[in-house]
Amino acid sequence: MLVTSAQSGESGGMPQLNPEFWVSQIFWLVLTFGLLYIILSKLILPKISNNLESRKSQILENIETAEKQREESEKQLKEFEKIILESKLEAKNYFNEARQKILDDINNKRNALDKEIDNEVNAAEQEIINLKNASSEKIKNIAIETSSELIKQLIGEEANNSSISAIVEEQSRKIEEKQNGV
Amino acid sequence: MYQFNVYRIGPEIKLGSVDISFTNASLFMVISTLAVLIIFNLGAKKKSLIPDKIQLLAELSYSFVSKMISDTAGSKAKPYFSFIFSLFMFVLFCNMFGMIPYSFTVTSHIIVTFALAAFIFIGVTIIGFIKHGLGYLKLFVPSGVPIVLLPLIVIIEIISYLSRPVSLSVRLFANMMAGHTMMKVFGGFVISLGIIGGWLPLSFSVALTGLEILVAFLQAYVFAILTCIYLNDALNLHH
Repeated sequence: MLVTSAQSGESGGMPQLNPEFWVSQIFWLVLTFGLLYIILSKLILPKISNNLESRKSQILENIETAEKQREESEKQLKEFEKIILESKLEAKNYFNEARQKILDDINNKRNALDKEIDNEVNAAEQEIINLKNASSEKIKNIAIETSSELIKQLIGEEANNSSISAIVEEQSRKIEEKQNGV
Repeated sequence: MYQFNVYRIGPEIKLGSVDISFTNASLFMVISTLAVLIIFNLGAKKKSLIPDKIQLLAELSYSFVSKMISDTAGSKAKPYFSFIFSLFMFVLFCNMFGMIPYSFTVTSHIIVTFALAAFIFIGVTIIGFIKHGLGYLKLFVPSGVPIVLLPLIVIIEIISYLSRPVSLSVRLFANMMAGHTMMKVFGGFVISLGIIGGWLPLSFSVALTGLEILVAFLQAYVFAILTCIYLNDALNLHH
């Protein structure tokens, strides 16, 4: 407090009311503030205003481009989906075609094979039948020959071939009947 | 009150018979002006889309003052933007530089604030008369007032209009001076109470410093916004 009162006592009341430097203060105020106003208004503020404007327009532009790009990408996505769908369909078609082809091929081959097998089987059956027939004929002949031979040796005279063959025929028919019938 | 003393720096400069010497007040006016110019020049130089700190500072100040003007005085006040901006920044920086210990507060001198306020008052009055001619006088005749009361109201309006420069200048000057004086008084208490009792006023001083920084900003803002309001009266004739 002592210091304060001593200092204020020195200057004698409020220095603000001492008019000694009033003109000087006004002069320098006008000079500095005038300079500040001129430089700010002519050089600096237009630049800041420009910066703000250009940022605003830049942002708007960017938003516009982003919007455009988004739309384009959406379009492309749709196209892409379409392509995928189409290719899926195509693949399905290809698959079906191939399957059909293979199935046809298999059927054809199987049919051919079946036919071949049938033919072979038929041929074999025919052969078997032929062989059977031939063998039964041969057996009969052998039976007749052996019978006549046996009769000749037993009795010593020629037996009637036709009657022997008739007996053999009858016997063989009986056997056949037995085999088939029972 | 030593901190409010104005003293000559360098030689005495005379323009005719008047003393316009460079003083500590002039020094701080120059410092504030240069600080504003340097900061805003740096802020305006760069043109990056994403601003750095100093550019952001400049652009935020620009938008802040721009919004303040358009809110209070409308779009007609656009041409006066540069002036209001300079005024706000000048007062703000003078106030803020005054917060540095051992510095000088330009705005704590009534002559400085009164010169600014008088210039604003005269300028606003001229703008009013240019825009509205003698119709500007309608400002003193509010509508919807009974005839009997009208003479009284007109006198009150005229007095209130004429007291604008005084109230504008005294408000800023008194706030700055009172704040600094209070800090000085509390600082004096710290010394006189010594190391035992001095802590209480010291903590007050710290708190007051924060308050004074707020006041420094607020008074600059009030000064600018009142200028806007006066400008609004001159441009739009509200009464």
